[in-house]
Amino acid sequence: MSEMTNPDTSRRVPASQQAMSVPVPGNLDAIGATVGVNIDGVDVKVPLGTTILDAAKQAGIKIPTLCHHADLCVAGVCRICSVEVEGQRTLQASCSFPVTTPIKVKTHTQKVRQARRHILDLMLSEHCGDCYTCGRNGNCELQTLAKEYGVDSFRFGHVEKPVHEIDRSSYSVVRDNNKCILCRRCVRTCLDLQEVGTIEVLGRSHQSHIGTFLDKPLGDVVCINCGQCINRCPTGALRANDQTDEVWAAIEDPKKHVVIQTAPSPRAAIGECFGMEPGTAMTFELNTALKMAGFDQVFDTNFSADLTILEEGTELLLRLKQALLLREPGAVFPQFTSCSPGWIKYLEHFYPEYIPNLSTAKSPQQMFGAVIKTYYAEKQGIDPKDIVTVALMPCSAKKFECNRPEMADSGHKDVDFGLTTRELAKMISEAGIDLPRLPKSDFDSPFGTPSGSGVIFGATGGVMEAALRTVIELVVGVKVEDLFEHADIKPVRGFEGVRYVELAIPQVGPVPDLLKPLFPSWDFLKGATLKVAIAHGTANAKKVMEDIKAGGQFSKCHFIEFMGCPGGCLGGGGQPIPTTPEIRQARAKAIYAEDSAYEIRKSHENPDVLKIYTEFLTEGPCGHKSHKLLHTHYTPRGKYIE
Amino acid sequence: MLMTAHERLAGEIRDLVQKLGRNRSSLVPILQEVQKQHHRIGTYAMQVIADELGIHPVEVQSVVSFYAFLDGKPQGKFVIRLCRTISCDMNGKKRVARQLENDLGITFGETTKDRHFTLEWTNCMGLCDQGPAMLVNDRLYTKVTPEKVHEILEECRRTFGVHATERKEAHLA
Amino acid sequence: MSSIQTYTQATPEAGLKRALGMSRPDIIHEMNESGLKGRGGAGFPVGGKWNFAASAKSEKKYIICNADEGEPGTFKDRVVLQEHADLVFEGMTIAAKAVGSREGILFLRGEYTDLREHLEDTLQRRREQKLLGDNIQGSGVDFDIRVFIGAGAYICGEETALIECLEGNRGEPRNRPPYPVNTGFNGHPSVVNNVESLASAACIMGRGADWWKTMGTAKSTGMKLFSISGDCARPGVYEFDLGVTVADILKEVGGEGAKAVQVGGASGRCIPPSEYARSIAYEDIPTGGGSLIVFGQQRDMLDVLENFMDFFGDESCGQCTPCRVGNLKLLEGVKLLRAGKCSMSYLKELCALGETMQIASKCGLGQSSPNAFLSVVAHFRDEIMGRTYSQA
Repeated sequence: MSEMTNPDTSRRVPASQQAMSVPVPGNLDAIGATVGVNIDGVDVKVPLGTTILDAAKQAGIKIPTLCHHADLCVAGVCRICSVEVEGQRTLQASCSFPVTTPIKVKTHTQKVRQARRHILDLMLSEHCGDCYTCGRNGNCELQTLAKEYGVDSFRFGHVEKPVHEIDRSSYSVVRDNNKCILCRRCVRTCLDLQEVGTIEVLGRSHQSHIGTFLDKPLGDVVCINCGQCINRCPTGALRANDQTDEVWAAIEDPKKHVVIQTAPSPRAAIGECFGMEPGTAMTFELNTALKMAGFDQVFDTNFSADLTILEEGTELLLRLKQALLLREPGAVFPQFTSCSPGWIKYLEHFYPEYIPNLSTAKSPQQMFGAVIKTYYAEKQGIDPKDIVTVALMPCSAKKFECNRPEMADSGHKDVDFGLTTRELAKMISEAGIDLPRLPKSDFDSPFGTPSGSGVIFGATGGVMEAALRTVIELVVGVKVEDLFEHADIKPVRGFEGVRYVELAIPQVGPVPDLLKPLFPSWDFLKGATLKVAIAHGTANAKKVMEDIKAGGQFSKCHFIEFMGCPGGCLGGGGQPIPTTPEIRQARAKAIYAEDSAYEIRKSHENPDVLKIYTEFLTEGPCGHKSHKLLHTHYTPRGKYIE
Repeated sequence: MLMTAHERLAGEIRDLVQKLGRNRSSLVPILQEVQKQHHRIGTYAMQVIADELGIHPVEVQSVVSFYAFLDGKPQGKFVIRLCRTISCDMNGKKRVARQLENDLGITFGETTKDRHFTLEWTNCMGLCDQGPAMLVNDRLYTKVTPEKVHEILEECRRTFGVHATERKEAHLA
Repeated sequence: MSSIQTYTQATPEAGLKRALGMSRPDIIHEMNESGLKGRGGAGFPVGGKWNFAASAKSEKKYIICNADEGEPGTFKDRVVLQEHADLVFEGMTIAAKAVGSREGILFLRGEYTDLREHLEDTLQRRREQKLLGDNIQGSGVDFDIRVFIGAGAYICGEETALIECLEGNRGEPRNRPPYPVNTGFNGHPSVVNNVESLASAACIMGRGADWWKTMGTAKSTGMKLFSISGDCARPGVYEFDLGVTVADILKEVGGEGAKAVQVGGASGRCIPPSEYARSIAYEDIPTGGGSLIVFGQQRDMLDVLENFMDFFGDESCGQCTPCRVGNLKLLEGVKLLRAGKCSMSYLKELCALGETMQIASKCGLGQSSPNAFLSVVAHFRDEIMGRTYSQA
């Protein structure tokens, strides 16, 4: 699986920050040639052009880094990874020095150690804020290095008073430039990995700082709240807006009925915050922990994910009906998924003319909130104003989403708080709960039946796979297992940045009762070929959108899944730090394993979902009540600001 | 047909892009041209340029903020840049600087209220054997003395026909 | 009135005409033979650069003249462009023939915009004389040159920062390797040569490498232009053979009795009288860009140092830690010294920091900016320590 989240950046990103293309001297035809490197006396052979840093990894030698990140192109700006290369007058940054001829490297000579210590001292002289009061205490790369290099005093002084105002204008991201060490990982994330372009280095020399356009507050500029910058910040300069105090207050308020829904991705990752290997699913241990922490009910977001499939899937089928059966103009294709609030805001800013393509279905988080404050409240006989809905999400953009003014269709704020995986891990630690050792417990009724289709929403391609499973069974009328072994629709899986899949509908089955009011028969789909695509990370989304604008291959699609973050939700901006390609792979494995293990793996088989359509949303998917509670509208924002 | 100031500026930038090329390599020349015409690169201009070149406004601002001769803030019609580097410093730059501040009623980094003059420092201009050296827009002055400062400012004002306003300007303590 | 004899005596276009009749390897061989090293400061052999670019495979190659002369105290390129622009363009055209380039760019610093008209006129005249354009002098060589005006940043004198500026980016030096001769402007092999290097290359092609080697020393061949300013009777641009002693230069310019001489601009070294007998050559005191700033007995070396450190504090691009923060710490150190509040142990720490900056900074700016600090501290310690009053 190759991850294509780092596309051709030749135009957008300053060459000083681009991935390197290094011409190799001598015989260029020798593709696959290797070169010998001696690092601290250890000999290794590496492919030509490998950096000293990677060669050292291979030799089992650790070189400290700060501006380097596995997801990002090389910068070579912090200089902490400097090493001595025999024959070179100056030290070389190992992250950016490609090996093209046999060299001898020394990684911890006196010169090197002194230089690193000086560099750390210089960073610390400008890094304001003490570790005790920092959200990254214990998980800070600068702090770790200070410890490793035995920093015992601030040799070149230390800023005592903050000089930058902390920017709390965004619902999702808090920026504290006082802690910034100018490694520029956030800039490369925003500009290159995500191609959103919210932040850049402004000013020159000692005045340089990371800033937004016109140095405006983050809440006032084009930012999609994806939080990928937070995940890559080595210090506490970028963090998610913390709402744990508000959630604790709700839990401790005896008048409040506090309900939490947990999304699939945090469950596959939260163990990392407790020292577990990436890829260890904690789904059922987490249920126990949440109850211990004081939540009244713990529900599975899979319920509303499955609900999303039925609503969004029906919407797609209605669009197809309009185009193919009624032959009415105005059916807009391709339909875009609407689960990812980062993607939604991206589209509202950069492609507002494509808002009609967005599914009107709310995201699973918001659907759940609306259902809890209506259906659930009614069922339990609780006044919805006394219900506090919390959502555990892998996402910082969910914080913005739940605060959208239109997200109050229940008559109340549908979701009160969106917590990131990191915030919840903190709450669990605060409560003295040892998550890894807890016994397992089930989700609460009535939204607690585990479903595989809902789980895979956490990985890129998951929404599409869930939708296809349902379409195959409800429309084509065959078992998914007959077409794909174990109902694993492998063509839509993986980490390739953009994927395109066709599904032929050679035959159609009977229309299920649930959809009969809308579709007398599926005959209009007979012989059709459903064309779908998947893109994750907004840089890839941009590629697809530009292709659509140009009338290319993707403009012929019927349905496209877009996720704002690389890897989908499992790589979300609210997930544990660090997040790297390997860690994303491990989380994906955990998610697909959970899907595999469940009895119910198709959205239309989720009994809780079927029940809500008989008890509450009686007009069926996309009916009047659905439209009121489960669907929404969008805001064309554009990219110009005053 | 009526055009708003924004539309006119956008049209101007589009013409520039047409002339200089729609690629990132044209960014600095485009910025220089806008700077020359408007004495600044404004908020809206940066966004239009970004849009035309397919980059983000903050990237344009990042470039503008890097270079001494590009400015996001409005500048005067005459930008006076006095060299502060060593040889000019040794030849009496400090007194020239003081006189400029006195005669213009502003300090370095500021623009006069009438937007006629901006006073800035510059680093070495390659006239070290003839210092103190000073640049007024593209025009060079060498061996500047406090006394000459007045003449140079008068020369600028005459091109505007605004010398009569000189006396009104505040004097720095 | 040019003081540059060698350039004034050069037969116009003799070098170009000779080069047009030679094979590429022969031109490069001649340049290598001459031993001409880059006159911008770094001192990389000119022939070597051309050779790398010549052997790089690419549809496009660029010859870029680095006229971003910004080193404090350096102004010889301004004079060369003013008085010998033809020689510079001739050198560029020879380089184009040598490496197989069709496009040249003169990167003129924003502070030199006053020269633009003169340079554009010269280019136009050369086009009319068939010294530029298609099929130059009937040789089959196509080459033209455009002028690009910088936007005010000292760091753009560093060749990769210059290329970043050309590409529309912040002028921040790139990671090297790859070098511009392989991956330069818009990814194409690019030769970036200093103004003086190109003018001298034209002279060498005109009169031969052997003639060039009659000047200078074995390791530092030829003549070099020097920008002289500061406390001397006759400041200006001078031509000396490399290997000339500091004392000889001081005598020529009327700067005898100087307290110190800064060789190589702000990024160069501060030389005390005890070293005036040393020669300026690659094997002794490096020339840098060839500037000498003369300090008379009345000068306070901390004034000088503060001016330099202010300069670097302003002109550092700001991307790498040692240079961005290090220069600030050195400047603060100078202020402490001026206030008489710097302990010996902190001064030693600052010197150690300076040494780290010399080896750990990303580019030449940060690697050379501590030079002045370190040399002043080394040679004038008695003057700078223990001040009892601020001399500001």
